Amino acid sequence: MLRDITLGQYFPGDTLAHRLDPRTKLILVIVYIVGLFNAVGWYSYGFVILITGACMAVSKIKPASAFKGLKPVIFIIVLTALLNIFYTDGTPIIEGWIITWEGIAKAVMMSVRIILLIVGTFLLTYTTSPIALTDGLESLLSPLKKLKVPVHDMSMMMSMALRFIPTLIEETDKIMSAQKARGADFETGSLMSRAKALLPILVPLFVSSFRRADELAVAMESRCYHGGEGRTRMKQLKMQGCDLAAMLLGAAFLAAIFIMKKYGF
Amino acid sequence: MSEIKVSCLCHVYSAGTPFEKVAIDGINIDIPHGQLVGLIGHTGSGKSTFIQHLNGLLKPSSGTVMVDGEDINADKTATKKARSKVGLVFQYPEYQLFEETVFADIAFGPKNMKLSDAEIDERVREAAAFVGVPEEQFDKSPLELSGGQKRRVAIAGVIAMRPGVLILDEPTAGLDPAGCEQILQNICDYREQTGSTVIIVSHSMDDVARIADRLVVFNRGEIRFDGTPEEVFSNPDELRSIGLAVPAPTELAMELRRIGVAVSGSIYTNEQLANALIKLKRGTE
Repeated sequence: MLRDITLGQYFPGDTLAHRLDPRTKLILVIVYIVGLFNAVGWYSYGFVILITGACMAVSKIKPASAFKGLKPVIFIIVLTALLNIFYTDGTPIIEGWIITWEGIAKAVMMSVRIILLIVGTFLLTYTTSPIALTDGLESLLSPLKKLKVPVHDMSMMMSMALRFIPTLIEETDKIMSAQKARGADFETGSLMSRAKALLPILVPLFVSSFRRADELAVAMESRCYHGGEGRTRMKQLKMQGCDLAAMLLGAAFLAAIFIMKKYGF
Repeated sequence: MSEIKVSCLCHVYSAGTPFEKVAIDGINIDIPHGQLVGLIGHTGSGKSTFIQHLNGLLKPSSGTVMVDGEDINADKTATKKARSKVGLVFQYPEYQLFEETVFADIAFGPKNMKLSDAEIDERVREAAAFVGVPEEQFDKSPLELSGGQKRRVAIAGVIAMRPGVLILDEPTAGLDPAGCEQILQNICDYREQTGSTVIIVSHSMDDVARIADRLVVFNRGEIRFDGTPEEVFSNPDELRSIGLAVPAPTELAMELRRIGVAVSGSIYTNEQLANALIKLKRGTE
């Protein structure tokens, strides 16, 4: 059951989207988000949907797997939609009703915006391995090193955290099976008793996480790890022609959005 | 009385995805009451997947598992019943300890069976005695104990449920020879005194061969050999070809025979080899 979590899961592949430099993709995601939040009218929304679809086609992500990632946020989407439907002033659908045409339009737009936001950012994590992602992030943030921000340490922590997610899931699965074998019941009972039933999983999980962290620290120290100072990389990031092209397309996308915004489409 | 009947059991992981993997493929086995079975196989041979079917932790992709003539996957109550009938001790069970005291941790299983406090108390003491956990340790935190002691507490936690079938996945992994010996001895004692069926999963031939009545060898999700240790070890070449070794004494006896020392009988423990050599020596004098 835990294996079904797809939050930010990487799908290995060899498409154009996979080959792009992670820095390019990170910048493009920011461009995408800026564009999305500056889309005002139905036409610009349609344009963003079109672009998202095109990006999905390029990276060969099946719509089904992209939408699977939406499951955890369905609640937020529904809540946002409901609030917008009920709290927007305008012309009521039927005289005397609280629901207005403007409210419905806003609810649809907001839901589409959240869905696009998530699908767009998922495209990044679907096509970029966590390691490449943190490398890209470190390189993009490296100017902050001058301000004494520990960029390297932060990205190292992030890549380690990402690295241990599957390990922890596996471990949780194992501990759950072991406790189930001792008659523990996680599926029935009141909310309170179910929360209590998690204790036999959480305690061993914490204990083993600390043990693992300790072992990892020792292993790193014994290989002379001492932070980012003077450290070289096995995989050097390199911008290529396709990155430049992608950036230009990104700029064109942003320009189009702002032009549409100006004319109110 | 606990008898296990498994027929045509198959299990496929992640069916219908690119990660699809057949873990076990058409297993048929009957384990009568009271037998001590050694389950042997290389890493990834499907033995751990197999044992998790015996108490309903994994549902078969096809095939049935019967415990005492009841299909354990028939419904939820049947599965729950099977969980208390078939006790499963996982690999490195010490990592599942969580309670504040040793006593409370051993009592976790019986408590889940909704037994009375007096009954729980009795079972905990009995289980602790089986695996040699002294009562002075009952109020300690399980995390303070040494590795070997932790493992014994974890095994006691399963024994306290008084399962008719006790399954242990690599119970000796990572222990020193003395710790190994002790755990195996505890398991043998437990079986002798309660008459339970015991299944030990291992990749170490030496350990299991000594105490098992029957050996079942897994390879690539199928049963390759099934018989007494003597029968199974009479195929040393095939065992080697699937990545397993015969026990060291057997290997030595084979080597001796090859150079003309005619040690007789079936040999898979140190004692048997020693006895055969003594017999040979006396015979020649």
